[in-house]
Amino acid sequence: MASTDFSRTIGSGHHHGFSRSQALFERIHLDLPLTLLILALTICGLAILYSGSGQEWGMVKRQAIHFAIGLVVMITAAQLPPRFYQAIAPWAYLVGLVALLLVLIMGVGAKGAQRWLAIPGLPRFQPSELVKLALPLTVAWYMARHPVPPKFSVLVKAMIIIGLPTVMILKQPDLGTSILIGASGVLVLFFAGMSWKLIISGGALLAASAPAMWFFVMRDYQKQRVLTFLNPESDPLGSGWNIIQSKTAIGSGGIDGKGFLQGTQSQLEFLPESHTDFIIAVLAEELGLIGVLALLTLYFFIIMRCLYLSAQCETLFGRLLSGSLSVTFFIYVFVNIGMVSGILPVVGVPLPLVSYGGTSVVSLLTAFGVLMSMATHRQNP
Amino acid sequence: MWEHSFRDKAAETRLFRSRAITLAVFILLMISILVWRMAYLQITLHDKYKDLSENNRIQLQPIAPNRGLIYDRNGVLLAENVPSYSLVLVPERVTDMDKTIEFLDTLIGVSERDREQFDKRKKLRRRPFEPIVLRHKLSEEEIAQVMVNRMYLPGVDVEAQLVRHYPLGESFAHVLGYVGRINQKEQATLDADAETKRRYSATQYIGKLGVEKRYEADLHGEVGYQKVETNARGRIIQVLEQQDPTPGQDITLHLDSRLQTLAQKEMKGMRGALVAIEVATGGILSLYSNPSFDPNLFVTGISHKDYSDLRDNPDLPLFDRTIRGQYPPASTLKPFIGLAAVNSGITNWGETIDDQGWFQLENDERLYRDWKRTGHGVVNLERAIVESCDTYFYEMAVRAGIDTISPFLAQFGFGRDMTLDVINALPGLLPDRDWKRARRKSFWYAGDTVNLGIGQGFMLVTPLQLATATSVLASHGEWKVPRLIYAHDDVIDEVPHGDIPDIELNNVKDWDRMSNAMSKVITGTHGTARRLLSRLDFPIAGKTGTAQVVGIKQDEEYDSESLKERLRDHALFIAFAPVDKPEIAVAVVIENGESAGRTAGPIAQSIINEYLGGAEG
Repeated sequence: MASTDFSRTIGSGHHHGFSRSQALFERIHLDLPLTLLILALTICGLAILYSGSGQEWGMVKRQAIHFAIGLVVMITAAQLPPRFYQAIAPWAYLVGLVALLLVLIMGVGAKGAQRWLAIPGLPRFQPSELVKLALPLTVAWYMARHPVPPKFSVLVKAMIIIGLPTVMILKQPDLGTSILIGASGVLVLFFAGMSWKLIISGGALLAASAPAMWFFVMRDYQKQRVLTFLNPESDPLGSGWNIIQSKTAIGSGGIDGKGFLQGTQSQLEFLPESHTDFIIAVLAEELGLIGVLALLTLYFFIIMRCLYLSAQCETLFGRLLSGSLSVTFFIYVFVNIGMVSGILPVVGVPLPLVSYGGTSVVSLLTAFGVLMSMATHRQNP
Repeated sequence: MWEHSFRDKAAETRLFRSRAITLAVFILLMISILVWRMAYLQITLHDKYKDLSENNRIQLQPIAPNRGLIYDRNGVLLAENVPSYSLVLVPERVTDMDKTIEFLDTLIGVSERDREQFDKRKKLRRRPFEPIVLRHKLSEEEIAQVMVNRMYLPGVDVEAQLVRHYPLGESFAHVLGYVGRINQKEQATLDADAETKRRYSATQYIGKLGVEKRYEADLHGEVGYQKVETNARGRIIQVLEQQDPTPGQDITLHLDSRLQTLAQKEMKGMRGALVAIEVATGGILSLYSNPSFDPNLFVTGISHKDYSDLRDNPDLPLFDRTIRGQYPPASTLKPFIGLAAVNSGITNWGETIDDQGWFQLENDERLYRDWKRTGHGVVNLERAIVESCDTYFYEMAVRAGIDTISPFLAQFGFGRDMTLDVINALPGLLPDRDWKRARRKSFWYAGDTVNLGIGQGFMLVTPLQLATATSVLASHGEWKVPRLIYAHDDVIDEVPHGDIPDIELNNVKDWDRMSNAMSKVITGTHGTARRLLSRLDFPIAGKTGTAQVVGIKQDEEYDSESLKERLRDHALFIAFAPVDKPEIAVAVVIENGESAGRTAGPIAQSIINEYLGGAEG
């Protein structure tokens, strides 16, 4: 049963009614299964948010508005042809670089990190959000200009394209985002056919440079996070509080959970950030392992559908970009759940489409729009 | 497009698909890790985290019992519990601590000491959102000021708790003692025993001195519990279970607040002590040391200034003279010496001596002078008591000898702490040969016995011992151990008599003869306390005493005017009344009071008149 559902969802449907709607959707450059999956996740997300926010309707409504805006942006983005994205790619990248530079010079922020840019006349924004999309776009654009698998010299230049914004974001400092953005660029190279030899040696090099990162790159608060991750009980009321409380919420949920809105960790405010980064713990506490598995299944379907759509893209540029966006989406899911459940350090990554936050929702839905554009536009219809 | 057209599209697609499949497998693997992790937390460690989450949510909060009340014998409240309001801050909710405290300072005043204490408490280990006290004892007006401005004061709150209060303050400070915050040492002692640790788990105050300390176990009560569900901020969402605390027992004391406040009034401006005992029961009616202090200052923590004022006061208000002041009994000892003499058979009531104003031991140059330079002439025991003739008692003491006198005096409780429930009482000093050999590394000389005959020399008594001995004298040797406690929760305490033997005289008539002699101290023409006659509502038997503060050398003129006030003699007076059927025994010591007949005597008389008069009316 599960396997037929699975193939129907991620593969092209054989069902008559479904394929008719699918065709209709494709004409407006949307993918029906992916759109439905996103909507399903959105609805689940809003329900969890209702509980995680301490049953605050206001917050749920605001998040619903974020989704509405995001969906409009997604549909719009899907209408723009891949050619358009190809054309703006280098410019988006350059604008992103300039914005990141400005952040380092005159950015605003809190807790010793400069992440926001306040330019008079424009709403405050985080340039790193722009780069999240601009970087894979540009790397895909660059790689598509050369034959695949790429030559070493091309890879070196691509690594420079990736490295510049990554290092600048690292300097803000924002370790989590810089790793995610760097990964989105590297994923393009992977899809472009970068040789396994290089991948393995690159990975080894990265592992070897970890101690150097600790001593020369990481800030004290980042080191503290890693130390807390390794031993949260060392400071149970301070920095270890969050992770101890989230693990307690998850573990106490058991297999079937304490019931919706019945989670004591979440409802009695023991769980911090229960509406943003730690929202998965609310689900785990109230709906148990079953709820978590359901959500992970939903994510899995979305990612598999995205990968399937990536393979359907007509152009190499489209495939590389879509593939990178799909896997980046998964990395968000993995890092978030990993940190909340205590197998990764706390790096401040929201759970995609579930955590509260307008910027994250809109930028994720934009990425889905771009992906659908790549997958549905045909040069010779 | 451009160069793309020359490419092998099929190969490109194959390459992408193989990479996509690789990643799909990789993703599946990573999701498996997440599932494994979640299953590990939610299945394998479920019990552990379930407990942790319950511990988070549910707290067993101990509830302190209300401390038992203390009443005097007439039901007058001596120690009660009154609500007191404290200003508390929750640092996690205070947006700007400095500004908040500044603002509170302008509103109700926050002293430098309050701030220091607050900073100290803040540094202690605490749960998040646990409130910290900034100021104790807010007035109604201060509470109103804080409440009105509450919206500008996030994280600021007012908490109520019961604190001990002593309505009669200074009159009972020494005898009742006071409660105070449990200090680190006391906490360590309480924690050392699992049972006391449990009983005191919610208690903040403990008896530090006096009755409060002596009856701590009875007054404290039994701790209660409530099982509550709280949120992370410690706010109670609901009470799940409750076991009410059992209040401590109320206790009633033999003390009589009328006598106690009268003693305070009468002794105003003097340094001294007054003890009154109910002869029939041994119940302590009054135990008052002057000057005194306000015990309420100590309850929530005395300020440094108030404490140093008390400590550095030359009149020593913190010093409890009733039980820790040790004075020579002086002539108040004469009735007891006299009884020792007739009981031992070395003299009788009829024998007289001729007092020329001095006494001399055989083979000794030294003259032991009578207070009356010219002597009393021919005196028997009764006259020696009435006029307080020194020479008579010099002679009789030497005749009886230390080995007779010391054991006889011991029967009256001298040299020992005989009380049932007065803590920290000192034993005084009853000298004998062994004591002198052990402590002074010296033999007992006949001269030592001479001095003991008039209650001078080595012997020391506390006012409580003096009153106790007087009470035993009044009851013809029948011992009633002196006690403060009268009843617990309205149930009268049956205190076993104990193993103190009653005093048996060879001739029981000697008791009455001594009472008679002592009554003539007041009624006799030459009685040393004859000035009491004018206010004699009830027949009193008494004896004056004048204790030298510095030793007056032989042949040296004693001129009280030339001595500074602090070097004047102590005035002592013991009395019991009514003479034929004694109800009350009193001892008064006025430091540097000089004349017992003028200072200590009238105070004792006032107390007797109040007690017996009040009982009649």
